[in-house]
Amino acid sequence: MFGDYSLGDLGAIFAMQGFAGLILFSVYVLMALGLAIIFGQMGVINMAHGEFMILGAYMTYLCSSFFQAHLPSLFPAYFFLAMLIAFLTSGALGMLVEWGLIRFLYKRPLDTLLATWGLSLILQQAFRSIFGAREVGVELPSWLIGSVQVTDSIEVPINGLFVMAVTTLITVGVALLIYRSRFGQQVRAVMQNRAMAGAVGIDTEKVDRYTFGLGCGIAGVAGSAFTMIGSTGPTSGQLYIVDTFLIVVFGGAASLLGTIASAFSISQTQSTLEFFLSGSMAKVLTLLAVVGILMLRPQGLFTLKVRR
Amino acid sequence: MADDNDQRRDRGLHSPLRRKLLMGLAGAPVLALMPRGALAAAPTSAVNTSGLAVTDSEVTVGILHSVSGTMAISETGAQQAEKLAIEQINAAGGVLGRKIKIIQEDGASDWPTFAEKAKKLLVNDHCAAVFGCWTSASRKAVLPVFEQYNGMLYYPTFYEGLEQSKNVIYTGQEATQQILAGLDWVHKEKGGDTFFFAGSDYIWPRTSNKIARKHVENVLKGKVVGEEYFPLGHTQFNSVINKIKLTKPKVIFTDVVGGSNVAFYKQLKAAGIDLSKQVLMTISVTEDEIDGIGGENIAGAYACMKYFQSIDNENNKGFVTAFKKMWGEKTVIGDVTQAAYLGPFLWKLTVEKAGSFDVDKIAAASSDIEFKGAPEGYVRIDPNHHLWSKTRVGRAKTDGQFEIVYTSPELIKPDPFPKGYQ
Amino acid sequence: MTSPVQALSKSLTVNDNPYMKPMEWLSLALLAALILIVLPLLLDGFRLNLVGKYLTYAFVALGLVICWGYAGILSLGQGVFFGLGGYCMAMYLKLEASSPENTKIQSTPGIPDFMDWNQITSLPWFWKPFNSLPLTLILVVAVPVVFALVISAAMFKRRVGGTYFAIITQAIAAILTILIVGQQGYTGGINGITDLRTLHGWDIRTDSAHNILYFVNAGLLIGCILIAQYVKRSKLGRILVAMRDKEDRVRFSGYSVAGFKVFAFCLAAAFAAIGGAMFTLQVGFMSPSFVGIVPSIEMVIYAAVGGRLSLFGAVWGTLLVNWAKTSFSESFPDLWLFGLGALFIAVVLAFPNGLAGIWREQIEPRLTRRIGSLRAPDPAIAPHSAPAE
Repeated sequence: MFGDYSLGDLGAIFAMQGFAGLILFSVYVLMALGLAIIFGQMGVINMAHGEFMILGAYMTYLCSSFFQAHLPSLFPAYFFLAMLIAFLTSGALGMLVEWGLIRFLYKRPLDTLLATWGLSLILQQAFRSIFGAREVGVELPSWLIGSVQVTDSIEVPINGLFVMAVTTLITVGVALLIYRSRFGQQVRAVMQNRAMAGAVGIDTEKVDRYTFGLGCGIAGVAGSAFTMIGSTGPTSGQLYIVDTFLIVVFGGAASLLGTIASAFSISQTQSTLEFFLSGSMAKVLTLLAVVGILMLRPQGLFTLKVRR
Repeated sequence: MADDNDQRRDRGLHSPLRRKLLMGLAGAPVLALMPRGALAAAPTSAVNTSGLAVTDSEVTVGILHSVSGTMAISETGAQQAEKLAIEQINAAGGVLGRKIKIIQEDGASDWPTFAEKAKKLLVNDHCAAVFGCWTSASRKAVLPVFEQYNGMLYYPTFYEGLEQSKNVIYTGQEATQQILAGLDWVHKEKGGDTFFFAGSDYIWPRTSNKIARKHVENVLKGKVVGEEYFPLGHTQFNSVINKIKLTKPKVIFTDVVGGSNVAFYKQLKAAGIDLSKQVLMTISVTEDEIDGIGGENIAGAYACMKYFQSIDNENNKGFVTAFKKMWGEKTVIGDVTQAAYLGPFLWKLTVEKAGSFDVDKIAAASSDIEFKGAPEGYVRIDPNHHLWSKTRVGRAKTDGQFEIVYTSPELIKPDPFPKGYQ
Repeated sequence: MTSPVQALSKSLTVNDNPYMKPMEWLSLALLAALILIVLPLLLDGFRLNLVGKYLTYAFVALGLVICWGYAGILSLGQGVFFGLGGYCMAMYLKLEASSPENTKIQSTPGIPDFMDWNQITSLPWFWKPFNSLPLTLILVVAVPVVFALVISAAMFKRRVGGTYFAIITQAIAAILTILIVGQQGYTGGINGITDLRTLHGWDIRTDSAHNILYFVNAGLLIGCILIAQYVKRSKLGRILVAMRDKEDRVRFSGYSVAGFKVFAFCLAAAFAAIGGAMFTLQVGFMSPSFVGIVPSIEMVIYAAVGGRLSLFGAVWGTLLVNWAKTSFSESFPDLWLFGLGALFIAVVLAFPNGLAGIWREQIEPRLTRRIGSLRAPDPAIAPHSAPAE
């Protein structure tokens, strides 16, 4: 299939294909990061994760409409504010949900699955009632549109670069927060031994609430970033849920590094396969490979050794 | 029994008896000339011999679309158009002097629910006609129900063809009607000789692309340089965009649907494929979809449809005004919405021609029904229960509307089982 | 686990362990009376056919009671087995509907219409066995069970935990859906296998056929309940419960934990498959929309509403949720999703034992008292020793 193309063409294509894989990787990391905290650290199976992302996307939509209508001069910069608002709204809703629902279920992880599925249905219908059944389009500031010409034939989309930058920032931020801050220390302590953490004076309930809120907030930022490349509709969130869970589980829950490694391997596999097969078959084969490996190595790529 | 069914279906359309009956009806101008008052006087026992929900003052019809679930996004417009049409018919005196009463059911984007509700509309409510369905899967699920209980379905979506039934009137285009004229145009006007197909992975895109491929290869003597399918809801298109860049097709031909559309065009634009230079022809994007995609992301693309909101004629102006008055200034009208709007009017005309609400008589009287008030212009029902209609090519503008660049000079014959394209 | 569960496991270790206790006979009689006599008398053909459709989901819920309630394995992929069973049945019916005479307008007569549209010119090998009815009836159960065996044996041998298992089964449901939709030449794609007409020459679309199929379905369901009851009451059932509550102790006692789990999962798959096949027969088509994640999770809620530990509850729960769905979505389609969502949350937070829990705590004690006052007290039905199922 490559016979007809010059070496330069091929080089450019492989470079761009590699870049496409990197964008997919960033997208996956962004999706999975919030869930890695909630599922990996807290053991809560949050099926409403996709809906928290879409909440962030809708917030971005509201911001973009608001700025367009009232503050057109600041429009180019609205996206940063939108991400912040997305983080705060999703995070706040997450804390509310933790307080009203999740905290009763820490000892019954499978039941969190059912309850959060119910929550996701309610959120979907709420989106539909508030924003309408149709998808909404988010207007982007002009500096986010278009691509950078690297060489004659290699072009790099700017929003891809932006997503990568956001992902890097958030990942570093989360890593610092979890592994270097006092709050992160408490989170890990509660996760490893709740009773002991409580005994040394950590307010475990508060830690739980903030951790859940943090996970949901990151989901909101992810949703906000996705408005640049994907669609925003009441049911868009469901599309992400299987992929996201597989990434977290494949990485080995409770390990941020694992999540990143698994997002990388899955995204590269899929984007390489997509080049040789049709999109559908690439997806099937990637998922099958992941499931197959998980059957052989259920603990995932990385495991954290803790006494349960 | 299975044979029986097929024969029944055939007889409904082709039997000499029916044809005679039809000609007899067509040759009975008395009926057409009768003033409305006279028709209203027609006793219910005469216009309804098969136990339908028809009284002296009312006739009941069903509307069956998804109000909830993933398809609700798409089906909203169709359902609004049907309600508008029925309201207009009622305001003008109804059908055979009877006001139309609507029973609406929610298919909930779930195919057995569609079948279940279709059965309810026919068996419990005795609806004289049902306007509804959107996806092929929902139509396939209700089709046996309509055939078994002898109902009448007006189906609005452009679809893949390969189907024909006594009990269905297809008010949208079948695949050849939608595609071929558009391909001819892009070949002639834009020098399109190499094509790249990208579609969602299900029956309509696959069948449409199959027909398009045969046409490109056998008729236009062109070449298809790539054909790609993605699972429904797919949102990552960077790989296929690279393939497009690698194969450098003259024309990108797409039938990606739903939320994937948004991702596809956004990423296409981000990857530097400029639709003002690269020819892209889509058969799945109407004004409805552009609402979600964002006009600036798709401006410059060509769409191949039979209707655009921007069609300039008196019928359409009236339709657009009435639609916006009823459903809000911001609503847009796509191809399927207009096709759905035709359903109630075609049914009304057929009932008046047949002088009866009976499904058998309507099925027989449907061929050659003409509707001159259609927003898309004149349409006519073929004996195969599909519509003769024009093909138009529109170019998307940033404001979400299309500029019509081509209209086929003649109505195109519907051909659900195209020879040489299978 | 919650305290009622522990109470139940305690009661299961009681020595006298008859096949069914009187209260269970009563439950069975009530249920049988409802689905075999009351509903057919009260409902017209259309509504009865609907109930028949709901009852096919009850097979899945029944399987979930065994594998989730008793063995503690939550599967989010029961739609896969429901779908496989249904597809096996649909393939047979489709082949029968695609006789060369019926399909003579195709370029290749004698194969299903969707294959012809996809340029397939001969019947694929895996469709061939479905030309025979006996073979089909075997495959309806065998294919899903073998599939379940492959999935579960690999995972339980490696001690995959509950949440992981749930997520992996969910992924499998997603994969199978994409595969069926993508391979439309072989599977009918997203439209599924439609326009099914006869079963071995017998027209399944008539009202009388619907009635007969309803009773066959109801009979099979009661049969499956009896099988499940047998499993539950046997030593095997007690091991399952013990495993769910303290897996390691069972393992250290020398039992093969993986083997028992695989058995429970396969049994659930077999039930789901029978439900799927009966669904195809009664509804007249099968499509990938029953294989995916959403139906799979909805089926879990049926079992949860009925009470995850109650075989009879599973049937009641299925009927109740579906009845609510049909009637609510007819009048308030918008409210329905709120209602369903709230139901999920309520069942988890407030009624972890579902309808059966309410029955056991509220109705049964009174009922027993009433009966007890009529005749001499019988230790077997004394309160607190008889878990009502």
